[in-house]
Parts: sequence; C-alpha cells; structure tokens
Amino acid sequence: MSLFKRTQIAPLEYTRRLWMRAWIAATLFFLYAPLLVLIAFSFNDSKRNIVWRGFTFKYYGKVLENDGLMAALGNSLTIAALATAFSIVLGTLAAVMLWRFRFPFKAGVEGTMALPIVVPEICMGVAMLVFFAKLDWPTDLPWPLNLSAITIAHITFCFPFVAMVVRARLAGFNKEQEEAAKDLGATEWQAFRDVLLPHMKPGIIAGALLAFTLSLDDFVITFFTSGPNTITFPVKVYSMVRFSVTPEVNAASAILIFLTILLTTVALKLQDFTKATA
Amino acid sequence: MTEKQPVISIRNVTKRFGNMVAVDNVSIDILEGEFFVLLGPSGCGKTTLLRMIAGFEMPSEGQILIGGQDMAGVSPNQRPVNMVFQSYAVFPHMSVADNVAYGLKISGVAKPEIRTRVDEALELVSLGGLGQRMPDQLSGGQRQRVALARGLVMRPKVLLLDEPLSALDAKLRAQMQFELAELQDNVGITFVTVTHDQDEALSMACRIAVMNKGDVAQLAGPSDLYEHPANRFVADFIGSVNIFEGKLTVDEPEQAVVDCPELGRVFLNHGVTGAHETTVWVAIRPEKITMLPAGQAKAKDSPDGHNIAHGQIKGLSYLGDVTVYEVRLESGRSIRVSRPNLSRWDQEDFSWDDKVSLQWHPTSPIVLLS
Ligand SMILES: Nc1ncnc2c1ncn2[C@@H]1O[C@H](COP(=O)(O)OP(=O)(O)O)[C@@H](O)[C@H]1O
Ligand SMILES: [Mg+2]
Repeated sequence: MSLFKRTQIAPLEYTRRLWMRAWIAATLFFLYAPLLVLIAFSFNDSKRNIVWRGFTFKYYGKVLENDGLMAALGNSLTIAALATAFSIVLGTLAAVMLWRFRFPFKAGVEGTMALPIVVPEICMGVAMLVFFAKLDWPTDLPWPLNLSAITIAHITFCFPFVAMVVRARLAGFNKEQEEAAKDLGATEWQAFRDVLLPHMKPGIIAGALLAFTLSLDDFVITFFTSGPNTITFPVKVYSMVRFSVTPEVNAASAILIFLTILLTTVALKLQDFTKATA
Repeated sequence: MTEKQPVISIRNVTKRFGNMVAVDNVSIDILEGEFFVLLGPSGCGKTTLLRMIAGFEMPSEGQILIGGQDMAGVSPNQRPVNMVFQSYAVFPHMSVADNVAYGLKISGVAKPEIRTRVDEALELVSLGGLGQRMPDQLSGGQRQRVALARGLVMRPKVLLLDEPLSALDAKLRAQMQFELAELQDNVGITFVTVTHDQDEALSMACRIAVMNKGDVAQLAGPSDLYEHPANRFVADFIGSVNIFEGKLTVDEPEQAVVDCPELGRVFLNHGVTGAHETTVWVAIRPEKITMLPAGQAKAKDSPDGHNIAHGQIKGLSYLGDVTVYEVRLESGRSIRVSRPNLSRWDQEDFSWDDKVSLQWHPTSPIVLLS
C-alpha cells in the first residue's frame, strides 16, 4: 500500500474522471458552438453564409432598416409584455388559491392548470387556431388589438409557469407572519399586500422572466394564431430562412439572444436586490 | 386598591378539531395587570387556547370576554390584544423599526408619534439603535425582542406570548425570564404566556393554570402549585416528587395516617376528609426528606414507626447546589432524596450502597385524592 494513498473518487467528481470531462466538453460544445457560430457569422461580410470574408456591422444595420422585421420585433415585445403582465396576475392568484384553500376537485384543478405545460405545442397551436376561428375572432382590428388572439394564446401557456414557481415559493411561507400582521390590525387585504406579496416577489419575478422569454421566442402556437398583419419576430425569421440563411438572419437572431440575456440579467439583478433587502 | 377586574374571561370554552377535543370546557379569569402562565405538556391545548383569545380560532362552545366584551365574531385585527408568536413571525423584508411601526402605521397613527413610540419600544426591549437592521442580521434573542416590541408598542390590554423563550439557549432563557417579568412589571400590561417549561412558569408567573389534555388541572400561584398540588398530575409535572399509593386508615380533624405498602405508615398532623380505607396518594418532595446514617433516624413529632423508612443508596447525582440520591427502600421501590451542598469542604459522606434511614416532618407529605 502506498503511503500517499489517493482518496476514493466521489461519484460526480468529474475533474478526476477523463470520460466525464470528455462528456462535459461534448455537452458544452454541442450546446454553445451553434450559438457562437451564429453570432460570429452575423458579423460576416458575405451574402452567402459559408465562408468567413471579414468583419462587418452591415447586417445589423440592415436588420434595423428592415421595416417588416422591426414591426415583427415590436409585435413580439408587445405580446410578451402583455402576456407577462397577465400571467403574473393570473399565475399569482392561482398559486395563492391552490396554496391557501381546500376545495372540491383541487387536484383536478391543479392538473388542468398544468395542462398547457405538458400538451404538445403543436396541439395547442391547432386548438387555438380552431378555437379562434369558431369564435369568429376579429382579425382586422387596429394595432395592438389585432394581437389579442396571440396574446391570449400566450397567456394560456405562460401563466401556469408563473403559478408553479410562485406556488413553490409559497410552500416556504410561515403563516404566522400573516397572522402577526392581522394581529397588529391589518385587514385581510393589507396582510396580503404587506406580508404575503413581498414574500412571493422573488417567485413572481422568476415566473415573469420565464413567461416573457417563453412568449418572446414562441413559434409553434404563434404560427397558428398569427395573421398576415400580426407577424412576430420568430415567425418572421422563419419566413426569412425559407429563402436563404443570410447574415441578416444571423444578426436578427443574435439580437434576440442579446435581448434575452439582457432581460434575464436585469431580472436576476432585481431579484438579488429584493433578496438583499429582504 | 380596588379589587382587580378580570381583563379576560374564558367561560366554558371547548374547542374541537373534528373529533379531537383540544380544549375541554375551560373557564379561567385572567386579572388586570397580572403575569398569567398557561403551563402544560406539549399538545395539551395551550396554543389553541391562546389562539382563541387572539381570535385565530373560534371556540366550538363557550365564550371569551376581553375587557367585559364578548369576542364572538370579533376578528383578530379588531381585538385589544397582541400576540408574540412562537416563531416570532418577524417580517423578514422590513427593518426592525418598520416591523415595530407596522401596527401603528396600519392604525393610522401620525408619523412623528410613530417614531417616538417605536424608539421607546425598542429602548424598552434593549434594542435601542438597532432600528435600521434587517431581521436576518439579528440573533434569535434579538428577533424575539423585536416581536415583543412590535406587540408592546400597540399598548394592548393583554399581550399573548406563545412559548416565547423556547427557541433560546438555556443561559439566555434564564436571563429573558427575568427580563420578561421585569418588563411586565414596568409596562403594567397583562401578559398571558404559554410554556411547557415549569421553571419558566414558576419564575415568571403571578398565577399559573396547569393544563392537562385540554383541561385545567389546577390554577394557583407558583408556591401553591408546588406545595399544595391538587392532584398527581400537577404534583408530578411541577418539580420532582415521590408518589406512593396508600390507604387512609386514620382521618381525624387534627391528624391522619396513610398506610403505604411501599413506604410505610405516613402520619399527618392535619385531617384529610376522605372516607376510611379510600385509596389516596402520598407525595413527598425530595428536599423535604431528611437522610441519616442507618439507625440514627427517629421521626420527631410523629408517633413511633411513622414517617420513617430505611433503604440503601443506589444512585447519586451531584448537581452542584444539591446532590440527589436514589434510595432503594426495603419494599423495593426507589425514592428520591435531595440534600443541599452547604459546605465546600465537609462533603457529606453518603455514597453508593450506604444503608440509610429516611424521615420527614408530618407537614411534608401531601395527600392527593386523584
Ligand atoms: N388547526 C388544527 N387542526 C387540527 N388539530 C389541531 C389544530 N391545532 C391544534 N390541533 C391539535 O390540538 C391539540 C392541542 O394543540 P396545541 O394547542 O397546539 O397544543 P400545545 O400548544 O399545548 O402544545 C394537539 O393535539 C394538536 O394536534
Ligand atoms: Mg404550542
């Protein structure tokens, strides 16, 4: 037996297992290489997206001048903002309801609410299409009312995520805090506003972040519910790709990535902030 | 001074959770300005009773009056009482000062007044200067003071405290027992405290209601509970005690004898008023028994052969101020005897397996009928 006997390798101690390091490297490669290539080639000075011909910001300029694409981006951001706002309210209320009350068929209600998470998107999309057609939902309304169908569709699959995150957060709530507020004279509503809501805030922010990004990059459901005047950013990019993958498409996608990263960072910073003051 | 008025009247209150009776037909009057303690083992319904006073649970039967007013249908935020919760329930997202100010803000007190009252309250619980801290920057003891200040600042008729010291370490708890009692004396607010810790109850309370399985087993002052327990449950729950079953063989106005098969004949210099030959229990506190080397005991003030027992030391634990001996009696039963360690040098030389005689005064045994 050697004097310097090495300790046993722990199950997930990847630094000391070659195959695990390889595995991780491969994972990271397949995860991020496409994204890095996409972003890199958005700066490629060539119409055809195959060989590197030099650096340029040209295509970002083109994207900004592309009225169709910009309108689509505007639509997407509007829809995402609206869907997020409604999802926050609906999801939070649903979470509080499921956490606080006992009522008949509670498990059923909980399951039904999670349905939009598990139902294949394509089914949701078709269902929405049929639904709005049956309702004769007006499609020729002025902006932004013409986005109502897509927004409603987005709310249905976004708010369950908010509800889930907030519900998880509520599980750690000490009900005595709410009672303490009431004991000190607060009404039901004041106790909700002053004690429960601050507790849920990090969950609500996380849920909102989820809802916003889900809505922003949703393609399938949006595709089925959008009309010629209500093209969203992902749908527009898709239609551009059908002709050819130009650096312009890359630039547009890169913009979306930057936007998402930016928003996520801001939201996480906000959450940190509320935690620091909590 | 005028007769003290009950500030809280609990009248025949019963609380059921489904089939489970948590509080069983309890009637208690809590007097203005007293430090009242609800004492009992875990699960006996103390918290439930306290929550009914605060308004978080409704009695299944009976009535609760606060300041003479029936509280039926009055919600917690309308009641002139405040509560310190077992978890303290300090609001984690508010500073200490905001926590304390919360109730005043809600009731619309003017800002300058809020500030002075909050400062006052924090000073009162020795948290002066910590108003801007967040709760997670406080120790457990400090958080508890915040909860205390948050209730006191409202100047309630009654402050309810649910196991206020149970989360603190032993040293801090002893200090807080003292501080709480002093604080209560200073502010003159009626305190109703729940605890399962008898030392805590005895040291702080004016009066104690000992609860057992939803019932009040006895309501009395600390020394009465200790020296005159009403039944075996109280005798056993408060302090340490030796209990022996026996039969009442003599019961006259000035004297009584209980024949205990496991202890011997116990003589009392007062009557018991129980029927001849009824089964009773004799309780003797360990410190009220005198231990002497075998054969040296002769019970004073008692007839020959009464209030005396013999045995052998089978256990000994030195606790600093006292030493507790476990003596095996001739009947085979063990009895606990404690002796104060009065001198640092002359340690009494009782040790394991020593043969000893025990004796006690006719006033020492407590006769319990239930
Ligand atoms: N909300 C409730 N629902 C059902 N049972 C309860 C509830 N609250 C308390 N109990 C039961 O009532 C009994 C008394 O509880 P509690 O008043 O908390 O006791 P203590 O505070 O003396 O330890 C316990 O058996 C407990 O399980
Ligand atoms: Mg309790």
